[in-house]
Amino acid sequence: MRVTIKLFADFRQGRFTVKECEYGGRISTLQVLHELTIPLAEVGVLLCNGRHVDFDTELLEGDVCSIFPKVGGG
Amino acid sequence: MPALGTALIAFLEMAAVEDDLIPLAAYERAADKFSVTFKEIEKIILENGLFPLRYQRQRDLFAGRGQLRLLQSRVAVVGCGGLGGHIFEMLIRLGVGNLLVIDPDFFVESNLNRQLLATTATLGRYKAEVARERGAMVNPVVTVEPLNRSFQSDRGVQLLASCDLVFDALDSITLRLQLADLCAKLDLVLIHGAVGGWSGQVAMVPPASGIMGRIYQRFEPETQDGGIEGAVGNLAPTVNVVAALEVAAGLSHLLGGQHENWSVGCFIDLLVPELVSWS
Repeated sequence: MRVTIKLFADFRQGRFTVKECEYGGRISTLQVLHELTIPLAEVGVLLCNGRHVDFDTELLEGDVCSIFPKVGGG
Repeated sequence: MPALGTALIAFLEMAAVEDDLIPLAAYERAADKFSVTFKEIEKIILENGLFPLRYQRQRDLFAGRGQLRLLQSRVAVVGCGGLGGHIFEMLIRLGVGNLLVIDPDFFVESNLNRQLLATTATLGRYKAEVARERGAMVNPVVTVEPLNRSFQSDRGVQLLASCDLVFDALDSITLRLQLADLCAKLDLVLIHGAVGGWSGQVAMVPPASGIMGRIYQRFEPETQDGGIEGAVGNLAPTVNVVAALEVAAGLSHLLGGQHENWSVGCFIDLLVPELVSWS
């Protein structure tokens, strides 16, 4: 199964900006975050095809998953 | 009153420049002569096909009806630091007539890198008080009500309840989520904004939409009260851009109609640069 992962801001450091990933079986957003060693506490907005999703959403073939760091300053 | 109205309109028409633009000096003379407030004068100007000279360059965008709508709006800016100072500045220049500015803090030196109202002269002073003074200097038509207390104080909640729109310009995620809960209870639209380093985000949060909970899902106030700004700090350009996007979203809500075209939100990265919107 192929899904596109997009990383933003500091998440790109040592990783990538956009990557098409191939997975053997089912995969959830939570597993993607673990695989990329992104701590959950650092994640803010999480989108699948431009819409907010939960951290444990199952991804489908062709999905585009965007991961943004949490920002809270003013 | 009709006789006063007619006389006042005639007075303003006589004072107009470039056909129908009314300068501030005419407000001052009219206020003296007719014992009316600047706000009442501006309302009469906008209701009678005239236009305030100060808003000349936004006339084609808003027209008299939109400008009147802004004049009669009551908007809260919660937090008057980086985001709040710039949001406030834009709102007074746009002509939003009634502003509630809430911030229990005073200016400190480390605010100077990005907070519009922080100057060497205002260090140690309450941020909301400084905003009131700034408002009077830039646009005397605008009523600015400062509150040097938490938005969660009895007075804060009471004042927020009468607003048409609330801007989130806080610097704590815990407080943001509490503000979103309060706005949902009070049935108020919240414009959310937050920054960290070169990045930031903005979202329109209708009451009971639950959007803030999705933006900050799995947030645990006891262990994590911040985002990347704790490590990377806050910068003037990011604060400026996010404040501007918040105001654009707010205008979309206040003006409605053809202006009501803001999608739910977006994330920006000024380093690349890029803007990703979401729905």
